[in-house]
Amino acid sequence: MSRLLPFALLAGLVVLPLGLSASPYLLNALITTGILTIGAMSLNLLLGFTGQLSLGHIAFFGIGAYVSALTSLGFDVEIGFGTRVVHEPWPPVVGFLLAILAAGACGWLIGRLSFRVRGAYFVIVTISFAEVVRLVALNWVELTQGPLALTGIPAISLGLPGLGTWTLRTKLQNYYLVLAVGTLCYLVIARLVASRFGRAMRGLKENESLALSVGINATRTLTIATVISAAMAGAAGSLYAHYLRIIDPDVFLFSTTVSMVIMVVAGGKGTLMGPVIGGLIFGLLPVGLRPVMAPEAQWIVYGIVLIVILYVMPRGIVPGLARLAPRARPARAPVL
Amino acid sequence: MDQLIQHLVNTLILGGTYALLGIGLTLIFGIMNVVNFTHGALYTVGAYLMYLAVAALGLNFFLALPVAILGGLVFGAAIERLLLRPFRGADIDTTMLVMIGAGIALQSATLWIFGGVAKAIPSPFPEAPLQIGPVSVSWLRLFVLGAALGLIALTYALINGTKLGLAMRAAFQDADTAALMGVNVRLIDTATFALGSSLAAAAGALLGPVYVVFPQMGGLAELKAFAIVILGGLGNVTGAAIGGFILALAEELGAGYISSGYRDAMGFLIIIAVLLVKPTGLFAKAERIG
Repeated sequence: MSRLLPFALLAGLVVLPLGLSASPYLLNALITTGILTIGAMSLNLLLGFTGQLSLGHIAFFGIGAYVSALTSLGFDVEIGFGTRVVHEPWPPVVGFLLAILAAGACGWLIGRLSFRVRGAYFVIVTISFAEVVRLVALNWVELTQGPLALTGIPAISLGLPGLGTWTLRTKLQNYYLVLAVGTLCYLVIARLVASRFGRAMRGLKENESLALSVGINATRTLTIATVISAAMAGAAGSLYAHYLRIIDPDVFLFSTTVSMVIMVVAGGKGTLMGPVIGGLIFGLLPVGLRPVMAPEAQWIVYGIVLIVILYVMPRGIVPGLARLAPRARPARAPVL
Repeated sequence: MDQLIQHLVNTLILGGTYALLGIGLTLIFGIMNVVNFTHGALYTVGAYLMYLAVAALGLNFFLALPVAILGGLVFGAAIERLLLRPFRGADIDTTMLVMIGAGIALQSATLWIFGGVAKAIPSPFPEAPLQIGPVSVSWLRLFVLGAALGLIALTYALINGTKLGLAMRAAFQDADTAALMGVNVRLIDTATFALGSSLAAAAGALLGPVYVVFPQMGGLAELKAFAIVILGGLGNVTGAAIGGFILALAEELGAGYISSGYRDAMGFLIIIAVLLVKPTGLFAKAERIG
């Protein structure tokens, strides 16, 4: 099943909206699920393949959302000493690219800072970073409108010279955009993990001293992984901003990082399909639970589910099911 | 100058409770090697137990405080027995994820039970503050400082002067050897987690009446506790005690002279500074780190 599953899933997701007969509620749930799943895939690159838990992952997501929104809305702020920075609105696609760059740059900064010491330190630095970014978004009212939220963010429009522009206004168009970006991220991660760089990452996770002894530069490898992971989270944030068309400092909520962590851990960290399966399950679970439970009660359930999965299936659903599959799998096959 | 003195007085008062939070977290990390993400939730639980005891049950304020602290002790022991015991021997990442799950479940449970509206805890102290020259301090805050210092002293006495403390220090240095010497390491784990949790609950119960009580109050407190622990060196109790006061000083001065909106960002700036200058923490001696 392992080889065909990604293709089968992709084919299923491509035709799914036809079966939904355009129910806006379900389509909306699928789009936000897709965006969160991209976030979970980027988190998995760090947590699953390098073993470093970025608990402030939402910071990269939120930075992507704000950078993209501000690029396409324009701003006019005073940065002290009477200097004003005025920015005229640029097309949302440029915002999307800048979001990736900005989030990646923040990932570089965090990596450089915290990989001098790792493990618990990295976790704590990333959470604190997310909190500070949230405070900036909340307090720098002139730029971000603070709690009043940035509104009227334009939808993404794709334009080719000579062919005109195509603005993605409907949910269906956004669904396919998210699916395309998600597939692209999946392919990038798959290539990366299979490469020499990917072996270096996994080597560091499995046995750091051994990896160091064969000449792998730990700090550099981990920092690059963080940059790529952060950039993908930034892309997801940008999609989020242009889909919802409104963002406020609540995009930085810690609980969103926790959802991504649950998606990765439940699905199977360190596997390519894990975060996708986990993302689909936990992204769509609220749709099923909504009629029976209040949102805060749902979170009690998620917390308990996380603990139960760690106890019952410590490696996650995808590796757990792969082991149950009858076909004998070759002994190597390190990742799905 | 008067303003500076006022800030220093505030630092002392805030620092006492920060130190309590930090000591609880660093004890659990040092002895059990667990990054405790229920710490903030237990801080919240302490505050709500105080609220329940004082506002709902009508208990005397000074009686309610030990009730809240004992509640934290029981909660902590239960979390260790039910959630951490089954994961004994698991790596630090797994227990961290377990604690994240427990923390978010506990916080959501508080929100579910009490609702999102902030609650105030009535205190028996006079409204008029104590005025010494240009400096004014409310009686409640003075009591909070006194209680926090008392609890810190009590924790020190427990760790350095009792048989349980001796066993805890032995388990901190080398759990396997301690077990060979007849120390019940499992019991020490439960005791440590319960003690650390009760300190978090105490901090919540003390600061609850000063500010207001709401379900998300623990998130920020947890972040600050982590900053304090990094500042003092993971697992270093004295470092955490001093770190609490340093963070309080940075927040007071930052809020007073830079911008009050960024008061809570000071912890992160401290973490950056410490990681750049001395990654093992300011007070790390030849102790086991991480």
